[in-house]
Amino acid sequence: MNTDASLVTRSHEENWLPILELAVEEVFEIMVGCRVKVAGQTEHKPNEEFTAMVGLAGALCGILTVCCDGKTAGEVAKSMLGDTADSQEQVADALGEICNMIAGNFKNKLAGTDGRCMLSVPTVISGGEYSFHSLAEGTSVEAVLLFEGAPIAVRLQLES
Amino acid sequence: MDKITALIVDDSSVMRKIVERSLRQAGIELEKVVEASNGAEALVALQSNKVDLILCDINMPVMDGLEFVRQAAAMESAKGIPIVMITTEGSESHVVQALTAGARGYIRKPFTPDQVKEHVLPVLGKKQ
Repeated sequence: MNTDASLVTRSHEENWLPILELAVEEVFEIMVGCRVKVAGQTEHKPNEEFTAMVGLAGALCGILTVCCDGKTAGEVAKSMLGDTADSQEQVADALGEICNMIAGNFKNKLAGTDGRCMLSVPTVISGGEYSFHSLAEGTSVEAVLLFEGAPIAVRLQLES
Repeated sequence: MDKITALIVDDSSVMRKIVERSLRQAGIELEKVVEASNGAEALVALQSNKVDLILCDINMPVMDGLEFVRQAAAMESAKGIPIVMITTEGSESHVVQALTAGARGYIRKPFTPDQVKEHVLPVLGKKQ
């Protein structure tokens, strides 16, 4: 299944980056209780020790990933749960939920996907020694935001 | 307000804790919280717990939230228990499907404790 042709066209013609950035900002402000700031993509590249991913299928077909270093993932989990976030499992769970909510919030903001775009349950990889190859090689949008000064990269990769 | 037993259904343990915290922040006194990580576990939990309120995600492995609501609606032991969906699925078609299946409320993630209060208190018959 490929991305809906009209959405492929829109992804080329419209700038979806501000929509993605807004989706990320809202999730962090409401669920993490912290404002994140948009950062330049070139000067802020996170050490990708944690990668959370959610698949999209239907009108939008591809993958959304959230990457950050281990310390930042731990701080995000602590902000969500308090000091009870003490295990690697909880940190991964928290980052997976953040990714899930960003994907949902993004598609809910995008007109024309109503009910025709489904999300997978999140998957989280920890450890930086891996290569990421997505079959979704169409439009790609990347937002880098600073959480307490540390970069978090959010990427949306869509199939053509 | 009397203390209640809430069944929280979500595949994320982090989200189950956040939902529980939001219920407490909304002023809802919890006698007991029963957790389930998918719809199938929730159906089993309903057979062995007297529950006053169900909060349920939609996208879950094994059995999703919409199927859970449909099956719970047909269970004698679950009759009359209000179900509120808490999910990232924000489309109108998902809302309609959930309400048609028997859910009484719908909260989109990300959510604030105030939104939980706004949607949960009415289904418990409480004023905000």
